[in-house]
Amino acid sequence: MKTLKTYAILYLVFLYAPIFLLPLFAFNTSTIIAFPLTGFTTEWFTALLDITEMHNALFNSFKIAVTSAVLATIFGIFGAMASTRYHFPGQKGIMGFIMLPLVLPEIIVAVSLLVVILKLGMSTGSWSVIAGHTLICTPFAIAILNSAFAALDPSLEEAAYDLGETRASTFRRVTLPLVMPGIVSALLISFTISMDEFIIAFFLTGADPTLPVYLFSMLRFPKLLPAVMALGTILVVLSILLITIAEIFRRRGAKRAGLKDTGGFL
Amino acid sequence: MTIKAKPERKPLISLQNIQKHYGEYHALRGINLEIGEGEFFSLLGPSGCGKTTLLRTIAGFEDIDSGSVMLAGKDMMGVPANKRPTNMVFQSYAIFPHLTVAENVAFGLRKSPMSKAEKAEAAEAALNMVGLSGYGTRAAHALSGGQRQRVALARALVLKPKVLLLDEPLSALDRKMREQMQVELIKLQREVGITFILVTHDQEEALVMSDRIAVMFEGEIAQCDDPEVLYRCPKTKRVADFIGVMNFLPATCRNEGGKKIVNIVGLGETEITEEQCPEGFPEGAATVGFRPETLTILYDTQTPTHREAPAMIEEVVYYGDMTYYDVKFDGVDTPVRLSMRNLFGRDVLEVGTRARISWSPGALVVFG
Repeated sequence: MKTLKTYAILYLVFLYAPIFLLPLFAFNTSTIIAFPLTGFTTEWFTALLDITEMHNALFNSFKIAVTSAVLATIFGIFGAMASTRYHFPGQKGIMGFIMLPLVLPEIIVAVSLLVVILKLGMSTGSWSVIAGHTLICTPFAIAILNSAFAALDPSLEEAAYDLGETRASTFRRVTLPLVMPGIVSALLISFTISMDEFIIAFFLTGADPTLPVYLFSMLRFPKLLPAVMALGTILVVLSILLITIAEIFRRRGAKRAGLKDTGGFL
Repeated sequence: MTIKAKPERKPLISLQNIQKHYGEYHALRGINLEIGEGEFFSLLGPSGCGKTTLLRTIAGFEDIDSGSVMLAGKDMMGVPANKRPTNMVFQSYAIFPHLTVAENVAFGLRKSPMSKAEKAEAAEAALNMVGLSGYGTRAAHALSGGQRQRVALARALVLKPKVLLLDEPLSALDRKMREQMQVELIKLQREVGITFILVTHDQEEALVMSDRIAVMFEGEIAQCDDPEVLYRCPKTKRVADFIGVMNFLPATCRNEGGKKIVNIVGLGETEITEEQCPEGFPEGAATVGFRPETLTILYDTQTPTHREAPAMIEEVVYYGDMTYYDVKFDGVDTPVRLSMRNLFGRDVLEVGTRARISWSPGALVVFG
């Protein structure tokens, strides 16, 4: 029992200690990332305001993340409805294929997409990153939305239809409000995944780098390193915030549908 | 042959030769049935007999292979569920959890030409009818099972459908609540005068609530009658066995100069009438059925009003108001169940006691 406890604590330290170093050095006055700390400063955060390439990368990443999240969630709604509402031959196989990017190494997705795009004679750019990110985000969206749709009693939709609504207005008045927490949660998780995805973006980004790709390129200039740390700190805080909001929505949805919380995605 | 609505009722629903397959499975095998206006009609049967499929066919949720559904003189083929003058109360109640009680009840009124105030009034009136007045602002997901049931009823009735379809509406309630709702449903039906079609697997519930009951087995209607006829004169052994408790004993039948004589193992010979043989008088081997309440234990001083046979008490089940005895007639191996009211001053007999049992030849039903 005691060894297990020690193991668990060591494991958590190993996982999260590096992340705590990020804010530590972001507020340190020295440009060299090493102990001992030399003093407290917020100048790296103000320095961020002047680096325009970083702003472009941030904006680019944001644009890609929002688009991929919306696309992945829309595909996720279709996929989740197909897998929970209907039965057709080959359903399991098709669902398996859609979920495959979840376990496929990203480098394979990235390289094969790059090969296909170049062979087709097209040039890479934001659109190709969006395509790649939609591909890897869709399985996550489906996983979340599947549980949202599965938790929905099918007789609710039948009842609405029986009470005079059409298929479309049933979806709008009953289905959509009841799976909305799942949709919000799928959007936020897809957004987060796309925002900090590196490999696909690195291969497919072309002339406008996304934020992770830009940060990677900056590591060659030690002078800029503390600013990178500052940006990293902001991103960590934002990520935690987003994931927390997503989970709150998911739980609220489960509660509203009168379900017991079974742990869910996180 | 179509089962007609009762002559005093105008037929409202007419089902003609309805056939339905689920893949290989033959769910409905030629249903021919008329249901009258203002009737409380029950579809009764074990699970998988097709009763729910038939209800959903009337509602418009199932595509049938062949046959026709007529409702108030209109052919319903190709009319989807949202355009039919029927409304359904689902087994799970299907209350919209994201809406309030009033919003649930007024859900189907969205497209009605009524003003907002009129809609609210109609919803409140419907809630009042089911005994939930003042509950309008409550959140639907916070209601109890019985309350959800009432909201589902109000939500369907507010649209004034020609037919209300109820899919096992009471099966999720506890016994006391169920019995209370049975009575309330009968009252409600009488009050609104709408045709109710109830699907249930609970024969007692069907007997209590219905004007007429259709007993279904394997996609076919085995018998359709009012509760009393169904209970007293089941047409087949299977229906007899499904409705209430029915004792069966082997017997032999013979025709003696126009007299129908049945010789029951352990009880002896008696004459029976044509009406007691729903499947026709069987010459030779037969089975006789009789209900527990048609047998009586004779206490010391009593003389039999009918026939009498000696028996041994095998099992005693005490219910408070009633006692059920399993008894074996002399020379018969299968025990027979009889019920006695526990009148004041009458002792409950013990297992192993010998008793004289009175039985009535007129209460027998003979099957081939």
